[in-house]
Amino acid sequence: MTLASGDLGSLGMAAMNQPMPVSEAFQPHLSVRGLSVRRGERLLFADLQFELAPGGVLLLRGPNGVGKSTLLLAVAGIVRADSGRIEGAEPTELHLVNYQSGLKGRLTVRENLKFWQAMNGATGLGLEAALDAVGIGGLGVLEAGYLSSGQLRRLALARLLVSARPIWLLDEPSAALDAEGEALLGQLIDAHRARGGIAVIATHHDLRLADPAGVETLLLGGVS
Amino acid sequence: MTAFRALIGRDLKLAFRAGGEALTLVLFFVMVAVIVPFAIGPDRPQLTRLAPAIVWIAAFLSMLLGLDRLFRNDDEDGSLTLLRHANLPLEAVVAAKVIAHWLVTALPLLLATPVLALLLSMSWAQWGQTVLALLIGTPALVSFGALGAAVTVGLRRGGLIAPVLILPLSIPVMIFGVGMLDPLAGSGATLFLIALSLVVTAFSPFAAALALRVAGE
Amino acid sequence: MSVDTVKQPNWFSRLAHPGQFLAWSRYLVWPLAIATLLSFAIGLWFAFFNSPEDYQMGDMVRVMYVHVPNAWLSQLVYGVMAVSALGTLVWRHPLADVANKAAAPLGAVFTALALYTGSLWGRPTWGTFWEWDGRMTSTLVLLLIYLGIIALWRAFDDQLKAGRIVAIVTLVGALNIPVIKFSVDWWNTLHQPASVFTASGPKMPASILTPLLVMMLAFTLLFALLQVVRMRTEILRRRAETLSRQAALQGAAK
Repeated sequence: MTLASGDLGSLGMAAMNQPMPVSEAFQPHLSVRGLSVRRGERLLFADLQFELAPGGVLLLRGPNGVGKSTLLLAVAGIVRADSGRIEGAEPTELHLVNYQSGLKGRLTVRENLKFWQAMNGATGLGLEAALDAVGIGGLGVLEAGYLSSGQLRRLALARLLVSARPIWLLDEPSAALDAEGEALLGQLIDAHRARGGIAVIATHHDLRLADPAGVETLLLGGVS
Repeated sequence: MTAFRALIGRDLKLAFRAGGEALTLVLFFVMVAVIVPFAIGPDRPQLTRLAPAIVWIAAFLSMLLGLDRLFRNDDEDGSLTLLRHANLPLEAVVAAKVIAHWLVTALPLLLATPVLALLLSMSWAQWGQTVLALLIGTPALVSFGALGAAVTVGLRRGGLIAPVLILPLSIPVMIFGVGMLDPLAGSGATLFLIALSLVVTAFSPFAAALALRVAGE
Repeated sequence: MSVDTVKQPNWFSRLAHPGQFLAWSRYLVWPLAIATLLSFAIGLWFAFFNSPEDYQMGDMVRVMYVHVPNAWLSQLVYGVMAVSALGTLVWRHPLADVANKAAAPLGAVFTALALYTGSLWGRPTWGTFWEWDGRMTSTLVLLLIYLGIIALWRAFDDQLKAGRIVAIVTLVGALNIPVIKFSVDWWNTLHQPASVFTASGPKMPASILTPLLVMMLAFTLLFALLQVVRMRTEILRRRAETLSRQAALQGAAK
């Protein structure tokens, strides 16, 4: 990693200046070999492999319906693989972000975040720091039902910051985010990589990552 | 343990904020007992004799009515998927949700039983025994309910299927629950109901968690 | 986490592969049908012409030759479903959920027949079509469980997922049925002293036992025949669905 902390912008500074209760750097190693997944009787993909070392990012590309989301769910241990091995993806070592937010409209922003902090472990930033980091610092006492979809997405990303976990599985993370939000997302992923975290990201957008080295792309084309 | 408590706390908080669903259930519970005298007549000795059975049927129906909210909301907003990655096994997640559900749907019914006792001219002793029977039996009902809610969580029409599935399975709870008031066989029924409730409560989080895993696949 | 699902094919899993099953079960249908017909012919001849009248019930006792086999099948079919549920959950066997789906309506029909013949029998014995007798009540609850399982099968679009979900319910039901039976018997003794059904038992004379056993064999063969045919139909139906879905996907790709 050649990132200086100054390159990370204000968010990165905030993240780096926080005391980390767990070890500074992650040492994850995600390895997927010979993975095949079916939906119903349909084979989505067969014999898929990839490997990610600390700091590595894998971008999943391909048209709708080729199984990008399903691949993420398979790595997350939700969807059962038909065959193959997934190593290094312990359920408590990863974060999943997809189109479902897991947030309750009747709870305040802070209560939502506090709940997930309790469920996933308070191993990252504090609540206020995380909300500040994703740019919704002033909204803590607002019920989440009043947030716009972009703000909701930011709150969902704050979930990743309050519990430090080495593997991020992001499904269209930039959906509903404005230009500033997209830049913020890039910074978040940069900071995560700087700590040795890895990410598998399904996206149609180009992410603005500071360091393109170590970013691989997997093009899913569908098999039949 | 903080995670376990946080989950119970969240479900309670949501129940209180979501427009008083618990109160609606209590209202339904009382209403079932209110319509029975219209069907069988206001004859007080007969009502007294049937009162425990009426209370049990009302409780049964209320619990079935409240079932659907156990997992469905969490499934629809994605919480259930994300909870799979919590520092808590899915079985414990189910157990926490079952406890919260009992506190939200069964406890208020117990608190409302004095109203029913009054309406159905129960004696104090009869009321006490009925409350005790409900206290022992409702955890089993909620646990069977959790199973029914878990196997139908992916179904849009699940709201009707779950009660139909678990009603025959919970017949023993009803039999021993009402049987507890029998002057001769009551103590035997009490022991059976305690045993049944313990076994079902201990077993159902595993079965329900398995069903939730399958539903997520 | 590590997922490792390399399967070691053995003779059993080869035989039980849906395609293989379709191939070899074809030769099972006709022999089963003939054996079923034969044993029904023998059993019915015994039942109508070569067994004694009951000194109390008269000819009505002959209902027993239909009632008891159906009552036996109502439980056997659940046993078959419970075993296939284990097959689905433990070995993830593709044929097991087909077996469960095929058996559920058969079990419901046999259970309903057991109740129907039981009430026909009950009319002269008890003087009423329905009595809350322990055995009849348990059978009624069993019928409700069957119907619930059928409803659950029908509620799912994805039949693979349905198979595993129904398997869980089937097993929970299997664990619960003895409890239900026990509680119903307990409840029954609480409210009325004795059951009227005493005709069946080990002390039956051979003149009754022989036709009864033949009829039980005949009904069991009938179940086996219907089960095989229904499983074949279900497999073929799923294949047809898969083909039409693939055709739709290919049409979308063009």
